[in-house]
This record gives sequence, structure tokens and C-alpha cells, in this order.
Amino acid sequence: MSRRPLVREVPPTTWFFRHPRYLRYMSREITSIFVGAYCVLLVIGLQRLAAGPVAWEGFLLALTSPGSIVFQFLALIAAVYHAATWFNATHKAMPIQIGEDFVPGKVISGAHYVAWAALSAAILHLAGVF
Amino acid sequence: MTQMKQRQVQLEVLRYNPDTDTETHFQRYEVSCNEEGVVLDALNKVKETVDPTLNYRWSCHMAICGSCGMMINGEPKLSCHTFLRDYEGVIRVEPLAHFPIERDLVTAPDDFMEKLKRVKPYLIPKEKKPISEGEYKQSPAQLTKFHQYSMCINCMLCYAACPEYGLTPKFIGPAALTLAHRYNLDSRDGGRAERQEVVASAEGVWECTFVGACSEVCPAHVDPAGALQQMKISSSIDWILEHLIPGGKS
Amino acid sequence: MDGLNVDTISTDVAIIGAGGAGLRAAIALAKTDPALRIALISKVYPMRSHTCAAEGGAAGVIKPDDSFDLHFDDTVGGGDWLSDQDCVEYFIHEAPRELQQLEHWGCPWNREADGSVAVRPFGGMKKKRTWFAADKSGFHILHTLFQTSLRFPSITRYDEYYALDLLVDDGRCQGVTAMEMRSGQLRQFHAKAVIIAGGGAGRMFPFSTNGAIKTGDGMAMAYRAGAPLKDMEFIQYHPTGLPNTGSLLTEACRGEGGIMVNKHGRRYLQDYGMGPETPVGQPQLKTMELGPRDRVSQAYWHELQKGNTVTTKWGECVLLDMRHLGEKKINERLPLVRELASSFLGIDIVKDPVPIRPVVHYMMGGISTNTAAATPLPGLFAAGECACVSLNGANRLGSNSLVELLVFGRRAALSAIEHIQGLPAANTAALNARAEETQLRIRELFSRTDGTESLYGLRKEMMDTMEKNVGIYRTEEGLQEGVDKIHELRQRYRRVILTDRTNVFNTDLFQVLELGSMLDCAEAVTVGALARKESRGSHQRLDYVKRDDENYLRHTMVYHQGLDVPRIDYLDVVITKSPPGVRDYSGDHK
Repeated sequence: MSRRPLVREVPPTTWFFRHPRYLRYMSREITSIFVGAYCVLLVIGLQRLAAGPVAWEGFLLALTSPGSIVFQFLALIAAVYHAATWFNATHKAMPIQIGEDFVPGKVISGAHYVAWAALSAAILHLAGVF
Repeated sequence: MTQMKQRQVQLEVLRYNPDTDTETHFQRYEVSCNEEGVVLDALNKVKETVDPTLNYRWSCHMAICGSCGMMINGEPKLSCHTFLRDYEGVIRVEPLAHFPIERDLVTAPDDFMEKLKRVKPYLIPKEKKPISEGEYKQSPAQLTKFHQYSMCINCMLCYAACPEYGLTPKFIGPAALTLAHRYNLDSRDGGRAERQEVVASAEGVWECTFVGACSEVCPAHVDPAGALQQMKISSSIDWILEHLIPGGKS
Repeated sequence: MDGLNVDTISTDVAIIGAGGAGLRAAIALAKTDPALRIALISKVYPMRSHTCAAEGGAAGVIKPDDSFDLHFDDTVGGGDWLSDQDCVEYFIHEAPRELQQLEHWGCPWNREADGSVAVRPFGGMKKKRTWFAADKSGFHILHTLFQTSLRFPSITRYDEYYALDLLVDDGRCQGVTAMEMRSGQLRQFHAKAVIIAGGGAGRMFPFSTNGAIKTGDGMAMAYRAGAPLKDMEFIQYHPTGLPNTGSLLTEACRGEGGIMVNKHGRRYLQDYGMGPETPVGQPQLKTMELGPRDRVSQAYWHELQKGNTVTTKWGECVLLDMRHLGEKKINERLPLVRELASSFLGIDIVKDPVPIRPVVHYMMGGISTNTAAATPLPGLFAAGECACVSLNGANRLGSNSLVELLVFGRRAALSAIEHIQGLPAANTAALNARAEETQLRIRELFSRTDGTESLYGLRKEMMDTMEKNVGIYRTEEGLQEGVDKIHELRQRYRRVILTDRTNVFNTDLFQVLELGSMLDCAEAVTVGALARKESRGSHQRLDYVKRDDENYLRHTMVYHQGLDVPRIDYLDVVITKSPPGVRDYSGDHK
């Protein structure tokens, strides 16, 4: 005879299948696993470097195994996707107002890409690639 | 009215009547509508010509009152601003997600209303000034700084889109927090510290993981996602100043 | 629904309606006396109130080139001398202060470069004095008031309570019954004073700028309780509405420089006493497109008769051309207008003129009050569109009503506080008896077995009658037909069928009740229009084309007589310093 509000449960582990937007979000978030794993790999590499030339050569060899290559490839894609989604969203968190106008989001995001490219070029140059 | 083209519209509408139902069920309707119309027009046609017992909220029919939010083909939308020309086949209409269903397409917005109040969404003036001294001066640039965030029509589409709110109902949510940000950015306001306790709490901005769904569905282009990230940054700076820098204050 | 007991809520002041006027009244009560218990009752959540749809702005004298005398003259002339001049005097002096107060509460008014509040030109006003917040002024005013109201714990809100009947005993209004919409439960509010701020009743017409909720429930409630409705025949047609949905395109379109042309590209307003033609993009105040709304809407009707309108798939229209304003100005000042034209008509106002036609917008008439917002029924006050003070007379100037909400919302609160001092205790038995009458009325609807009329059928007949017989131009035959038809519909309404007989959020029930309110108000409109044998402001008759100050410099007062034809009386207009003159909107006026 009176109200009985009905609460619709949100499935806690499969909610992100409900909309493509959520799948995109989850795939963005999952990239952090690959990025994190690659960081661990770099730390291991540093440790091997400190342990001497034999350990270092062993590390470099391990990196050429098929499994390693697949992982590095996936990690690269993940890192690029991670960075791109981050750069594209950054302007929302840092609006730059000049007078009565805002600097367009594309300019702020674009500046991130430019900085990324410049840093990458500098590092590759230092590493002797060119 | 001169002749305008009609089209057949098929709706699959969620029904729930607590007097008679323990669960929801869907009901199919078919009506003919003006092809330039919106889903709300189709619902009104259903109510007038087929089923007067169908219930939903609406008022302004121009996307400014915020009454008519509902899920249309799984997407939170204002039914008065959802054009039939963009849809083919059967259109599925459900009540706004993440809120309890009162009846049919009518949800209970109590949680949102309570959260709105908690963030102290009103001007807390930086300096008191009697009315007789006239207005607080505010340049057009200062107005621009917060203006976008004052456009929220309280339609709650962002709450329906936010998976965090769906999974963690204690989250204060996009619209309420954005309104706090609107006042924080207003040059006349001095209440940021007062709002901080709620805004920077675990139920506040830190519950947000920047999914960004809220901004995607917002019909008023408020960009609540941006507002929340900006508040995360300002909260962090506050915290650093307060805890790590001697003599610093938030 | 169980038992004959209707739960009682005790309060000091009950406010019906939580739009601009209701919220302003609540805040004024809470600020003046924090110990007062305030019940703010609304059939919708406050943010949904139709104040949100107002676009253009709110007028108040603040600039050095302006004066109270000018605002007075503009308002009295705009109202075709039917405004009570003591009320106008009070209003114009209060207006700037109220707008400043709103600014202090955070309202995001547009600004000049120096940081002071900006004002824009508006129809019928000699000087620029309309404060504005982009083209969403009503929206920002409503949200500022609502958000400010959250500061006051003494305001208890009853959101989604449908107010039904006033409780009157001992010759005083002492409360109201209302239904909690989500449960169907009836409640009675025992109050020492009641303020009605329930808005207008434009939905009695089929084509209006009004939202679904504008059904005159507050007006009808007061009317049934014995308070007269004043000047109901004065219905404002806003000149620029979208031809398909009726949505409002603000007068600010013209204030910023938009022009109106017929199918020959001619700015036709100059043919109707509003010339000479002003340069495009340089509007001159109080002439051409900035003439008063009644004259501008009437010009459309004449153009329609002459065959000068543009035939579109949405009907006969004229064109509103804003292309010369440029994209930057449109985005800054008229963003909502651009969005509406784009989504509903598929037209970009930056590139093309937009077809428009006059559309019902506002009711100058309403519950009769004096300048103190008091109705003739002690304990009952009213403010906003539901009230008729009379500020707006026979035709309202754009941007006067948003500030009217603030001025009279506050005034109603102050009057209510005065009224409740030293009142005798209520006779709760008598009030309970009144509440039970309401309960029986609702129960009868639910248990009716001999219903024969369809809600939608009656509603359509009412709307068609109003559209056909009570339009921009009226005739004796048309009005008589309207009076008879509405009277007949009121009788047939007693046999309307309630299809949905459940309790939870029953919108079928609310729409049936709303129809009852609209029919009551419609009868007051038609009866008043038939009896007023002159043309004045927005009441234009083809058979009595002149204004008749000798016989009709008076307000029409309509009194409810149950199912019988209402009783009409007249009340003289208060003239203080401006005797009836000529409304001059030509460019040559001084």
C-alpha cells in the first residue's frame, strides 16, 4: 500500500562489460600493469648491471627470448596507449586561462606530445642511436 | 499546424509498481510520432493514447530543468533532448541507473539531494559587505573562471554514468563536488577551507578514478571530471603546504 | 489510504511553490526570524521550478543615466495604465536592492570590464537596466536561491508534495493539505500563515513556453478558498517562440540587435507604430524590435492576416535574424538560443535567420494581492506569477517578472511575519474537518465507477477552446463560445475517469487534479475577457478596438461560485502620478 523503492545491484566484477566506455576505461587502467611490470624489469636490469659484465650479458640475452620480445612489444603498446590517454585528458586537470579565454585543450595536450618527442629524441641521441 | 512527417516508434519501457510488483518487467509500446520529436514526445504519446498508468518526470522540454533523466538504450540521457532521428528499431527506456526505483521511470534522488547539501554549495563571502555598498566587483575573466561549473542542471546523468558511484554509493559524486569547485573558484568566495573537509575526504574527490563518463554524458557541458581532477590537485597542494612545509597553510 | 485521520505537520509559515518567489520568501523568513518554522512545499524539486526557463534578465535601476522615474514610466506605460502605481513605485525602489542581494549570494551576473554588473537593453524600456547572466538568467537566479536556502536549517522542504486545498477556518487561512507524491499519503499542514508562489497556468493553452508543471494549482486553490483572481484575461504572448516546441527564444535576441522580418524581408514592426526603422544591429531602446511584447505579438497577427508570413513545415512564421551579431557575441550572450535553434530546428543562428511565432508565455493576472503581497483572505499571501498585485497591468515588460519574484517573495514573508504575531490558537478540530473533506474528494476520484470523460479528451478540448477563442485578438462571439465551452468542461470534469488507482507516484492522478486547476483558471480567464469590452495591452478585441478608461480603468475581480458561473466585480486602478496616456513606441518619442 506504500512505497517500496527497488535497488538495482551493480555487478561488482563484471560491471565494465555494460558499456564500451567502461571497457575503454578498464583497458586504460590495465596498461598500468604492463607499465609497472616494465619498471620492475628495468630495476632488475640495473641490478644485473651492478652485478658485473657476465650478469649484464645474461640479462641482455634473456631479453631476446621470444617470450621477452612479446612482453616488450605489449609493454610498448601499453605504454604508448597509457601516455596518449593521459596526455589527452591532462588539459581537463590543468585549465590555463588567458584573459577571458581558455588555452584550447588540444594545445595543452599537444605540448605534452611535443615534450615527449623532444625528450625521447634527447635520450636516443645520448644513447648514441643518432 | 501544417503536415509534418510521422514515423512509428517502438519503445521497450521498464515498469515497476510497488503495489503489485516485486520485480521490474518490460512493456512494449508502439506509437506514431512526429519524426523531428524526442523520446519524451513518444512517452507522452504512449501515456495519452495507450497507457495512462505509465509514470515519469518532465517539465521544461528544453534541457534546463533536469527532470527527465533516464537510460535510453543504456545511456543516461535527458528524454527531452534525445532525438528520435538518431534511433532505429526498438528504443529501450529505463529509469536512471544507480538510484532506487520509486515507480516505472521515477527514481528516488534522496541520496543526491543530501550530498548536494553536504558540500556547502553556497557563497561563503571572503569579506562581508553590506548591500548598500553595492556589488562585489568581479571582472569578466574572474567570472569566466568558474562559470562553466555553475551550469549544472542537477539532472544526475553523471551519477548514472559514474561506475564509482554505482559500486561505492558513499561517493559524494560528480555534480555535488563540481558545485563545491564552482564556489571555490568564485573570486567572491572564501569558503574553500570549510568545504575541504568534505571535498578532500575519502568519499570526496579521492574516490574518483577519472573514468570521465560523467563529462561524456553531461548535457550542460559542465565537465565534472575536469573539476574533480582540479580539486585533487589543489587538495594535494594544500596537504603539502600544511604538512611538509614549515609555516605553510592550506 | 487508511482511516479518516490525515497526519498533521505543525509549522509557522507554509509556502506553496519553491521557485524564485517561494525560495526568496523562505530565505526572507529564515533570515528575519531564525526561530520560525518554515515548510516549503512544492510538487517538484526546487531546481525544476519553471523559473529555470526564464532567459533574458531582471530589471533594476543602477546605471547613472537611469532613474526610478524612467523605470516607473516604462512599467506603467508598458502595462497600458492598468498597473497599480503605488505598487509600481514600491517595486522599482526595491528592485535594485534585491538584485544586489542576489549578487551577494553568488549569482553570476554578467559584468562590465571594470567589474561592475552589466545591463542589457530590453523591450519597452527606455534605458538599459536589465541585469543578466548570459541567456540563462532565470536558471542562475533559481539555483542561487536554492543553494542559498540550503544554509538555513529552519527551512524544512517537502519536495514532491502536491498541495490540494487550503485550510480555512474562522475567516483565516490556517494551512493546506498536500499529498506526498511518492507514497500517496495525505498530510495536513497547520500553519499560522500561507504564502502561495505556485506560478502561472499557461498550460491551459496548447502552445506555450511553459513547462508541464505550469497548471495554476496555486491560483485555483486560492480561488476555491474565496480569494478573487484578478485580471485573468491578460495573457502575454512572447513574440519569439520556436514554432514546433514553443520553447522560448529570449527577448535578449532583440536586445542584442536581432531583427524581425516578414517573408518579403521587411522589418514589419515599423508598420505598427514602432517605426521608423532603426539601423540593423543598432537597436534603439523602446522602439522597433524593442517595443513591448503585446504590440510585437499583435503585429505578427496582422502580418498573418495580410499573408506576409513565411510558410514553414512548422506553420506560419516570421523570421528572427541574428546573423549580423557575429559568432563571438552569440556564443557569449545567446549560447542557449543557439543550442535550442540548432537541436530543435536544425538551424544555426550564426548562419541563418530562425523562424519564430508568438507563443503563450505569462499570465499578468492571478490571485489578487495588495502591495504588501496580502490577499483579501487573512493569513493568505501570494507572490510571483500566481499573484496579481498589480505590477504588470495589461502587459508585462520583459525582465520585470524575475525581479518581481524577489521583491514580492520577500514582501510576502515580511507580511506573513506581521500577520502571525499574537494570533489565537488554531481550532484543530475544525482544520481536521477541512482536511477530511479533501480526503473524501480524493477518495471519490479513486472509487468513481460512473466516470465517462477522458482526461486527455477534456484537456484537449480545453486547450483547443483557449487557442481558438482567447487568442491574441478576441471577439464577442469567440469569447462567448469560450465561456460556454469552459463552463461545460468544468461540469463534465466531475465525471472524469481516473485510470490509475494506485498510490505510488501516480501521475495520472496529478494530471487529473492539474486539469481541474486549469479549468478553474480558464473559466476566470474567459469570463473576465468577455466582460472587458475594450482593448488594452494584451487583451485586444476586434469589436472594441479602443482603450476605454472611463469604464475600464479597473481590475477585473473574479470570485469562485462552485460549479456556477463565477461572480465578477471590479476594483479601481490606483493612479498616483501618471494619468493614462498614449503608449508611444515610435522612434520619435522623447
